[in-house]
Amino acid sequence: MSFTPVAIFFGAIFTGNILLSNYLGMCSFLSVSKEIKTSTGLGAAVIFVMAVTTMLNWIVYHYLLIPFHLEYLRFIVFIVVIAAFVQLVEMIIERVSEGLYAALGIFLPLITVNCAILGVSLFMVIRSYTLAESFFFGLGSGVGWFLAIIAMAGIRKKMVGAKIPKGLEGPGITLIIAGMMALAFMGFSGMINIS
Amino acid sequence: MFSVSEFLISVGIITALTAILAIILVVADAFIANYGECKISINGKKDLTVKGGRSLLLTLMDEEIFIPSACGGRGSCGLCKVKVASGAGQYLPTELPWISKEEQAENVRLSCQLKVKTDMSITIPEELFSVRRFKTKVESIKDLTHDIKEVRFRLQQPDSIEYKAGQFVQIQVPEYKLSSEQVFRAYSMSSVPSDTGVIELEIRLVPEGICTTWVHQFLKEGEEVTINGPYGDFYLRDTERDIICIAGGSGNAPIKSILLDMAEKGNPRKVSYFYGARTKADLVLPDEMAAIEEKLPNYKYIPVLSQPVEDDNWEGETGWVTDAVTKFMKDGDNTEAYLCGSPGMIDACVKVLTEKGVPEELIFYDKFA
Repeated sequence: MSFTPVAIFFGAIFTGNILLSNYLGMCSFLSVSKEIKTSTGLGAAVIFVMAVTTMLNWIVYHYLLIPFHLEYLRFIVFIVVIAAFVQLVEMIIERVSEGLYAALGIFLPLITVNCAILGVSLFMVIRSYTLAESFFFGLGSGVGWFLAIIAMAGIRKKMVGAKIPKGLEGPGITLIIAGMMALAFMGFSGMINIS
Repeated sequence: MFSVSEFLISVGIITALTAILAIILVVADAFIANYGECKISINGKKDLTVKGGRSLLLTLMDEEIFIPSACGGRGSCGLCKVKVASGAGQYLPTELPWISKEEQAENVRLSCQLKVKTDMSITIPEELFSVRRFKTKVESIKDLTHDIKEVRFRLQQPDSIEYKAGQFVQIQVPEYKLSSEQVFRAYSMSSVPSDTGVIELEIRLVPEGICTTWVHQFLKEGEEVTINGPYGDFYLRDTERDIICIAGGSGNAPIKSILLDMAEKGNPRKVSYFYGARTKADLVLPDEMAAIEEKLPNYKYIPVLSQPVEDDNWEGETGWVTDAVTKFMKDGDNTEAYLCGSPGMIDACVKVLTEKGVPEELIFYDKFA
């Protein structure tokens, strides 16, 4: 079955949301979703890094790893490429725009080892996407992650005054909410199935 | 089958890839992250010319100006605040949790998060100029309880320190098994200020703690350690009020220093010292702390055990340290309090003390998380 890049893009946002259907990228999702403003910064950083690193990793995979039969090394190679890219981008942002650094750059080190970002690169291999498809898959996954964390931050903001059983405060209730959000997103899964 | 040439190719490819990425980063670091020389003007008096690109905290440290920081620059203690009049740019999200609205209006910044990128002008408390870096030698290490050690450092260069009883210093922990970079950790001094050639600390082993593990398992007598200080506003205020001291664990250190200092100076104020521990074996220097009663006429030492074991034959106070405070303390109006211990203990004590009428601004504490 083949999909157009546009279908993959929307599929990655809604039906195959990397966070809510694969539960990847949980640690930063749980710890940074307390405020909408910081969530937006982190989410934007994730969109950017996912879209670009998925393409970079596609190029490295198809032009370096496959010709030399080194596919089995993709885990380590992908993470190295992601880490190097993130560092470089952080340096550039810090140099050129103070506002952008304060809003977005500061989150970059946080997502170097975000498993959702590695996950997207690995799914791209498993699902044999082309370069364009990979880009849209990365972009869509990023947007999906962004939406999920913004929604979570909004819900947590509303919950500030709520009476939550002592044992469930913090990560406990957040995981339960994430579970309910995942159920809601499952409603989309009949529309396009990209996994 | 996996042949040798295939093996070499794979090693070669990976090495080449990582080398290329590393070279790109090194080049980028040299060009993009190179901010050249910057001028820092401190309190309008002192001008420094430094290399830009690092955090203000570390940059100042290289210039022998030490801003207090308990976490060593990870942005998790919020102590290293500095007023920056110009050259700082906007607030970073990592600073905001520590900076109040009033402080924002005064341009107070967290120096460990702020990088030096242009010329800056900053204001720091005058006394920080007196903070020094000391080369010391470990004179003795003694077990006080099963998990607290008393370490005495003999000062080498400079060979004497001036401080107020109750203040703290920072130890520089070198790279070792548990830590790939040097870190700084803060500890209160338990020595008496009149003993100017020595810094004495009481250090409790925290499982997996970078500094405490190093001190407990790796540090030997005769080794050289770098310490900087003194810091902090935890010292005895010069008033006529009664004093209540409450501590737990290694929180005994600054209180011991304050009490011994009072005894030396013949301070006539009334002092009660509550020390909370689990069993008798967990009491830090019980005899020595009780013996101060002979030198300090208005002083009373009240150890409190939460879980005395049968062998302890304990006849003193039991329960939480706050229970004993409630029991012994009548009216807090004419009292000021000095607390040192875990955040949980401090919060509980502040609650009890304010209920007893101790004014909140006269409750002083060092919280060691």
